[in-house]
Amino acid sequence: MSEEKFSIGIDLGTTNCALSFVRPDSEKPAEITTEVMRIPQLAAPGAVEDLLLLPSFLYLAHADEFAVSDLALPWNAGMSFVTGELARVRGVTTPIRLVSSAKSWLCHSGVDRRSAILPPEAPAEIGQVSPLQASIFYLEHMRDAWNYYHPDDPLQNQEVVLTVPASFDPAARELTAEAARAAGFENLVLLEEPQAAFYNWIQSSGTGWRKQVKTGEIILVVDVGGGTTDLSLIAVTERDGAVELRRIAVGDHILLGGDNMDLALAHLLKDKLAGKGTLDPWQLQALTHGCRVAKEALLLNSDIAAFPVVVPNRGSRLIGKTLRTELTREETEQTLINGFFPYVDVTSTPTIRARSALTKIGLPYAQDPAITRHLAAFLTRQVDAADDLAGFGKGGGGGFVRPSAVLFNGGVFKAHSLAARVLDTLNTWLLEAGSPKARFLEGVDLDMAVSKGAAYYGYVRRGCGVRIRGGAAKSFYVGIESAMPAVPGVDPPVQALCVAPFGMEEGTDAALPPQTFGLVVGEPVRFRFFGSSVRRTDPVGATLESWAPEALEELENIEATLPADNRNPGDIVPVRLRARLTEVGTLTLEALPVSGSEHWAVEFDVRGN
Amino acid sequence: MNNDPSFWERLSLAFKLFFKILSDAAFAAQMKRPMTFESVPKSDPSVRPAVFKEALPDAAVQLLGLLQQEGRFIDFLEEDVTDASDADIGAAARVVHQGCRKSVRDHFKIVPIRTEAEGSRITLQEGFDASSLRLTGNVVGKPPYTGSLIHRGWRVGEVTLPKVAPGHDVRVLASAEVEL
Repeated sequence: MSEEKFSIGIDLGTTNCALSFVRPDSEKPAEITTEVMRIPQLAAPGAVEDLLLLPSFLYLAHADEFAVSDLALPWNAGMSFVTGELARVRGVTTPIRLVSSAKSWLCHSGVDRRSAILPPEAPAEIGQVSPLQASIFYLEHMRDAWNYYHPDDPLQNQEVVLTVPASFDPAARELTAEAARAAGFENLVLLEEPQAAFYNWIQSSGTGWRKQVKTGEIILVVDVGGGTTDLSLIAVTERDGAVELRRIAVGDHILLGGDNMDLALAHLLKDKLAGKGTLDPWQLQALTHGCRVAKEALLLNSDIAAFPVVVPNRGSRLIGKTLRTELTREETEQTLINGFFPYVDVTSTPTIRARSALTKIGLPYAQDPAITRHLAAFLTRQVDAADDLAGFGKGGGGGFVRPSAVLFNGGVFKAHSLAARVLDTLNTWLLEAGSPKARFLEGVDLDMAVSKGAAYYGYVRRGCGVRIRGGAAKSFYVGIESAMPAVPGVDPPVQALCVAPFGMEEGTDAALPPQTFGLVVGEPVRFRFFGSSVRRTDPVGATLESWAPEALEELENIEATLPADNRNPGDIVPVRLRARLTEVGTLTLEALPVSGSEHWAVEFDVRGN
Repeated sequence: MNNDPSFWERLSLAFKLFFKILSDAAFAAQMKRPMTFESVPKSDPSVRPAVFKEALPDAAVQLLGLLQQEGRFIDFLEEDVTDASDADIGAAARVVHQGCRKSVRDHFKIVPIRTEAEGSRITLQEGFDASSLRLTGNVVGKPPYTGSLIHRGWRVGEVTLPKVAPGHDVRVLASAEVEL
């Protein structure tokens, strides 16, 4: 077994996973090379292929669906479920057995993330799995694939950096870490995806990145994945004469990504084909795939006016049964550029439709498809994100924080015109605010940047390269209900007590707030819990009587149960709450009795409301 | 072992040829040429038989399966195109072209043997690889040869076929589908 450890970066994506690594013998940051490990997986029954991506799909096969040998993997001859490419393909024709978007479910606070709820509409006889369990399966698949190729360097002995959306709340981060622990990842660190993309850019520039950015700049990272859009701001600051990077703001969790765009085009073409017969789900999938190919061709090559899209028939007859249509440049631009990236004012906010009372349990997809509108709202909300940094002017002019460079990530931006549109829109806003135009930072590997950047980060965090200072992306508050006489129809007013300050660093404890809570021995006690991405200066112990509705976002409740050891059940024990941001990157809360040295973990309640 | 025909075989052959020449003027004319001009090249006694490899059917069948899965290759070949309209064939051909191209590119790294433009003049030095470069036309003289590149040629670099699970039947190119 090697003494030195590999640094492994894992992108556990909504629709695809990827694994990259840095070998232990790399030395200088400029010479580090990240390699992508192809992941063996079933591509067809009985056929294992090494593919760059592991599609994040789980197929719960029926006992009569496959011959026993057809599900074998090189490391396990007796698999009973399928992950990866074959799962994705099979799920198209049998969606009732397909688990998809487990990651989005993992951060959906409306459901119990530990209970078997996926696939959501599976018939009773199908043994459902929990969002947590599905994530464990994907991580185990990657672990086994790694161990298959590196039998002398098993994954549990290596350093693993697992990426999460910057917008993941503490409970979703904790669940991700829990999944990783369950899969046997021992040396684990979480990293936000936009930061991972940024590290990939740093690496790809060699040592040149220092020349491309200067102190006082704010860089916007726009990361559009298959299923989510993730926004972050990174400031270039100076400390002790050295350049320092700080992630100063993250956006909301937006369930909107490249898959939505392909689907929008597919629905457009479906309508064009309407006269020629109805499409079954398999054909719609083929159409979506055709649209992706056509979209990329049209957006990459401005000479093409239209690109043919063909949809075969499921039966063996192709000739005369294949539907042909085409996607034109105008349709693509109309649907994508104007639909997802319209020119909007910086003051605009995403449209929110009132949800009907009787909604099925489903994912909270973004209701406004305009990514530029989400961006406008983000920059406006973060107007003073850099105010407390030395060397940065007040962000106030124009009413939004003004980035001077943009880093794009995600396969969507292989179409340059989409990145150009985002930059254009941003520059319009900047121009109106009297600021110089923002630049486009090039060099990110749009498909693999997250896993590669994660592997690179795992290596440089040993102390041989620049790091982005991140820390807690929000400040966190515990809700305290005021004692007041009950009034029908009026909720008792809630005060918010700050327990973790904004930007709190990994591996540190927050100060102990002076306020105490009474916990009832032997009974679970729940507190409301809030996060704020805009209140940057609240110290631990600060108590808010009231706040702007958008300043604090309610998160999962937290729950503490005091064991009845040495105490009488029913007694009330005064405790204080202490927050800690672990080395891994998760937030934990502890209850400490005012007298005594005990402490108990306070858990996030991920059972849904 | 001596493979020359025996006396009786030769006698039988002589009679057959005798009557064939008598009854078939064209055949007689053919026979006349070799007899009047050069003799048949003599066989070299040092000749050894080449040992041919049997192509492994599994890999070939697996490739057919891949082309079918992605590109509906077998579906297309098994159809009768005689009466189909060119527009219909064209639409189907796009399915096959897109899919088979993806499948072939995913599993084979195919590179041209010569990167020069077809039609350009190229010169081959002595010791060139005769299996990857075929000389045609006025093939005389000694290298270096100069000629025009008619076809750039293709070579497979890396081949990455899926690994087949033990017990898996690769002969199923596409399962029959039954929707419940």
